[in-house]
Amino acid sequence: MNLNLFNQVLDIFRDVFDDANLVISAETNSDEIPDWDSLAHISLVTSIERHFKIKFALGELQSLKNVGEMIELIEKKINE
Amino acid sequence: MLVFPSDPAEILRKKKALRRQLLNSLPTSSIKKRIAILGGSTTSEFKDCFELFLLRKGIQPEFYESDFDKFYEDSVFGTPKLDSFAPEVIYIFTSVVNIKHWPDPRHTTNDVQELASAEFERLRLCWNKLFERFACPVIQNNFEFPSYRMLGNADFTDHRGSINFVNTINAKIASEASRLPGLYIHDLCYDASCYGLDNWHDRVAWHAYKFAFAMLAIPSVANSSASQVSALFGKTSKCLVLDLDNTLWGGVVGDDGVNGIQLGPESPQGAAFIEFQSYIKKLHDRGVMLAVCSKNDKSNAIEGLNHPSGLLRPDHFETIIANWEPKNENVAQIAKVLNIGLDSMVFIDDNPAERDIVANSLPQVIVPEVGKYVEKFISIIDRAGFFETISLSTEDLNRSRMYKENTAREALAQSFENYNQYLITLQMEAEIAPFRSEYFDRIHQLVNKTNQFNLTTKRYSREEIISLTKSISHITLFGRLIDKFGDNGLVSIVTAEIKQSIANIDLWLMSCRVLKRGMEYAMMNTLINEAKNHGAKEIRGFYKKSNKNQMVAGLFSELGFLLVKQFPSGDSEWKLILTPNLAPKIHYIKVNPNEPQSL
Repeated sequence: MNLNLFNQVLDIFRDVFDDANLVISAETNSDEIPDWDSLAHISLVTSIERHFKIKFALGELQSLKNVGEMIELIEKKINE
Repeated sequence: MLVFPSDPAEILRKKKALRRQLLNSLPTSSIKKRIAILGGSTTSEFKDCFELFLLRKGIQPEFYESDFDKFYEDSVFGTPKLDSFAPEVIYIFTSVVNIKHWPDPRHTTNDVQELASAEFERLRLCWNKLFERFACPVIQNNFEFPSYRMLGNADFTDHRGSINFVNTINAKIASEASRLPGLYIHDLCYDASCYGLDNWHDRVAWHAYKFAFAMLAIPSVANSSASQVSALFGKTSKCLVLDLDNTLWGGVVGDDGVNGIQLGPESPQGAAFIEFQSYIKKLHDRGVMLAVCSKNDKSNAIEGLNHPSGLLRPDHFETIIANWEPKNENVAQIAKVLNIGLDSMVFIDDNPAERDIVANSLPQVIVPEVGKYVEKFISIIDRAGFFETISLSTEDLNRSRMYKENTAREALAQSFENYNQYLITLQMEAEIAPFRSEYFDRIHQLVNKTNQFNLTTKRYSREEIISLTKSISHITLFGRLIDKFGDNGLVSIVTAEIKQSIANIDLWLMSCRVLKRGMEYAMMNTLINEAKNHGAKEIRGFYKKSNKNQMVAGLFSELGFLLVKQFPSGDSEWKLILTPNLAPKIHYIKVNPNEPQSL
């Protein structure tokens, strides 16, 4: 996993969930963070899009299982 | 903290932390309001941003949110939850996605007119049903333009065009709002234009989350909505404090001389400063107070303001502070001289160090990050909605003139040794009478923005004010004061409820610009007569302490009331027995001189 991307995503997670000590890993999914509901998910996606200057297409987000896959998708979009 | 202009991405990402900070630094003058959002799309993100901007403007909201796209059902049929929530503001948050039926190519002009009426009537039914149940303002979004147009440019003129259709419905909404008190329109169409339609209509946001428009557009819409709500409750800014050098003109007048500063059509920069001055002058013309706060010698400041190409003259400013003292002290001084709260001031300066010292030492003053480029000042100030207004009253237009007349009165007062003699020379006349419809707007405005001379600081919606006039158990009085320098307008309000032969004063307030003129005595005498006419044997007065109304803590005592109860909170209750030989309070105002039979 791209560690540089991971750290930037971690910062975004900490801002969105307003928890400076939040710890996540590639395997983290929405079941493990109690506040990760659909609204928080939208905030995450929008913040990631804005931060990495990318735009996810419809359908790209539904199949993501965890943070690791999210980072892989970000890396792919950055290189598109 | 939340700054102006704000970065929408930053707000969406850090909204939880922002909310925490805003709640921690909420000023004591903040008010709580119950706001119902009845949406035509997903409104959760809007609600979160709306809350942030309301908090920044001193309003702590509690929300009711309808289920997804249930604005019509909630409005027309009601819900027990909404009833028990008892909203103080209702916001129907719809957008172009909520237009049900669009014209199609086979429709005749008549068909389209019927379609437009149907769309409009659906909303009108919502408003009317809500007004039947709740005496509170209703805010309604108008419609923005759709994301595509089938007929191209002909969409604007052809009766089947979608642009034409949106314009038709919006025109109906506007004309209904000008007729129906209590209905306020949020101009979503303008928000969308500012944001840009191509970015506004985010198809992913709609199809994936049912957001009516792009996520990143939400903060600016929320700010605009919060400005509108703050205007409803009189919490908008009143005074714009301006720096001079490199803010109102290019260059430094003290160094470059009045002929060396950039102001006028000769250079692009000079033209931009003229445009900015023109914007400020328009704010002044609609009642925003202006003040100068500049590090300059006063004579240089005045000379710069008299530059031949300039539009703003020394006369346009309530006060001009030009010295070398720290600006935070000067801004505090301006608030004192103008007798307004720090939270109603906006400070504009191109110098980041000056913005910093004012923002940090006077956190209530709004200090927008205008940067140093004059060409950006207007849109930053305008979009922030500091001076939002619900309606322009005559008092707004005259406010600046009235403050200047006050200066003339003060000069006169200083030349008299005996204050009563001065009052006599003012040749004051007052009209004191029950509320009348022509004054409902001004009464509503005064009730919701007066903080200092205000015994109970109770706020009323316009609808509640009107209902008082219809109640036989209520006394309502307004007072208008005229003197030889001019008409001060409607400046005082008293309402009382008669219960078991006791007139309880619910509301008593007065504009501070007529302090120490005896107007409160004139109001009191009229109230006593009115109370007697209503069969009252006693008047009860209440002082409800706020952090701004210290000046009237002793009013009832001064008027001869007896203390009934002193509460630990600082509140107190007073009574005055209406004996036949109760002497009227002495003042120097001719009350209702044109009605000889009068009170």
